[in-house]
Amino acid sequence: MSTAHKNPNAVDPSSGPGTTGHEWDGIQELNTPLPRWWLWTFYATILWAIGYWVVYPAWPLVSNYTNGLTGWHARSAVVEQIAELQKLRAVSSAKLASVPLEEIEKTPELLSLARAEGRVAFADNCAPCHGAGGAGAKGYPNLNDDDWIWGGTLEQISATITHGARSGDDAGHQGNMMPFGPMLTKAEISDTADYVLSLSGSVPKDTPAVKKGAEIFATNCSACHGEDGKGNQELGARNLTSGIWLYGGDKATIVQTITNGRGGVMPAWSGRLPDTTIKALTVYVHTLGGGQ
Amino acid sequence: MSVSSIWSKHAIFEKHSTILMLGILLVISIGGLVEIVPLFYLKSTIEKVDGIRPYTPLELAGRNIYVREGCYACHSQMIRPLRDEVERYGHYSLAAESMYDHPFQWGSKRTGPDLARVGGKYSDMWQLEHLNNPRSLVPASIMPGYPWLAKTPLAAKHIADEMRVLRAEGVPYTEEMITSAQDDLKLQATPEADAEALQARYPKALARDFDGNPEVLTEADALIAYLQQLGTHVDFKLYNNKANVR
Repeated sequence: MSTAHKNPNAVDPSSGPGTTGHEWDGIQELNTPLPRWWLWTFYATILWAIGYWVVYPAWPLVSNYTNGLTGWHARSAVVEQIAELQKLRAVSSAKLASVPLEEIEKTPELLSLARAEGRVAFADNCAPCHGAGGAGAKGYPNLNDDDWIWGGTLEQISATITHGARSGDDAGHQGNMMPFGPMLTKAEISDTADYVLSLSGSVPKDTPAVKKGAEIFATNCSACHGEDGKGNQELGARNLTSGIWLYGGDKATIVQTITNGRGGVMPAWSGRLPDTTIKALTVYVHTLGGGQ
Repeated sequence: MSVSSIWSKHAIFEKHSTILMLGILLVISIGGLVEIVPLFYLKSTIEKVDGIRPYTPLELAGRNIYVREGCYACHSQMIRPLRDEVERYGHYSLAAESMYDHPFQWGSKRTGPDLARVGGKYSDMWQLEHLNNPRSLVPASIMPGYPWLAKTPLAAKHIADEMRVLRAEGVPYTEEMITSAQDDLKLQATPEADAEALQARYPKALARDFDGNPEVLTEADALIAYLQQLGTHVDFKLYNNKANVR
C-alpha cells in the first residue's frame, strides 16, 4: 500500500484541472469539477422537491401526515375524475336511461350513441367469449346470425345480459340439457345423433338409423327441442334444424352432447355494469346483424 | 474555503469501509422508516372492510398454483385509483382486499389484463378452456397454455399446515377451519354438495365442480376456484369510499 497525499490543488500538467491529491503508485486522481449545467439542474431538482413538499402530501407525522396546500388524495382524486366523466356523459346517459330500447334504435342520434358505448363495453367484457366481432367460439354463441338460444328481441337480449344464463342469478335463464348417457344405449344415442343431423339436412332422412332415432327423439328430446326440432327459447333448447351449431355439427360432437349434456354459463352483468351500459350493449348486440 | 472543508470531511467515509457501511445503513433506515412506518397508521391502509375473509383451503391451493405458474409475472391484481382503470376493471383495489395474501399478488406488470376483479366475469368453462389453450377463445392472446392443470390431481395434503403458517402470519384461521381443511377442500369442488358449513366458515364461498370433471379434484379446480372469487368479497354498494379519506 503506497497511497500518498500530495498537494490537493496541484494542477495536472497534461489535462488542466487540479487533482484530488490521491496518488497510487504514481497515478494521480483528477478532480474534474461537475459540469455547470448538471450541477444547476441538480440544485433545481432539490428546490422542486421542497416545492412538492409544500404543495402535495409529503411528510409523515406521528398520527397523520402533512396534507400540502392542495390536500390531494388519490381516492378523492379518482372520485372527482369519475364524477367529471359522468357529468360529460350525463346528457347522453340520461337519454339512454330514459328512452325505451325500441326508441333508441329508431332515433339515429341515440342509436349511434348506444352503439359507440356498446362497442367499447363489448370489447372489454363480452369479446373474450363471443369474439371481438361477436362471431362466437365453440360453446359461445355467434351474435351475428339470427339463431338465438334465449331469444333475439331487444327485451330478450337485455334479460340475458342482465341476468345471464345458469349464472346463479335467480332471474337468469335456468335449465341444462341433461346427460342421456345413463339412460340410452350407445347405439340409441348414435341413432338419435343421426336423426338430429337429418333435421338440418346434413344426412339423408330415410336411413334406418334416422328412423330409429326419430322415435327416440320423440320420447326423450321433443319435450324441450320440440316435435319438429325447432327448439324452445323459453328453455334455451336449441333449434336443431338451422344447421347452426354451438358445440359443433359433426356426429362425434352431437353424440358427446347427447351423452354428457350441456349447460353453458353466461355470467349476470347487472351489478358489474351500469344499467345504461347494459342498455347500450343490448342495442349493440341487437344491431350486430341478427336482431329480431 | 469553509464549504470545501465541510465536503472534505466526506473523506472519512471514503477511507473507512465500516464507517461507510454504518453511514449507508443509517441513510437506508431513514428512507425505509419514512416510507414504511406511515403505512401502519394511515387509515386507508389499515381500514377494516366488511366482507373480507381468508381464503378457503381450495382457493388457497389455487393461489399456490397461481404463484407456482408465475401468473403474477404478466397479470397484476391491483386496480389503481385512476379513472381509466376504474372504468375498465371496476372499483379500485383496497388494501384490505389483499390483507390475507402472504405474499400479495399485486404484480408490477400487465402483459395480460388485471385480475383483481376477474371473479365471476367469465364462466368456469371459459376459464378452463382458456387455461388449456388461450387462443381457442382469444385469437390474439399471447398467453401460454396450461393444459396440464386439468390433468393433474391436486396435491394439497399440507394445506392445513399451510393454514397454520398463515395463522402465524396473522390470517385469522380458526382451529375449526384448520381441522376441517381437508374436508372443506374436497367439498368445495363437489357438485351439489351441502356447503352450508363451508359457507358459514367462509361467507360467499362458491361450491361446485369448477373444471367440468367431478370425478377428480384437479389443479384446475383449485385455480379456477381461486380466480372466481377474486375481488368479489367486498360489496361496493355498501362500501363508503369517503370514510377513510383524510
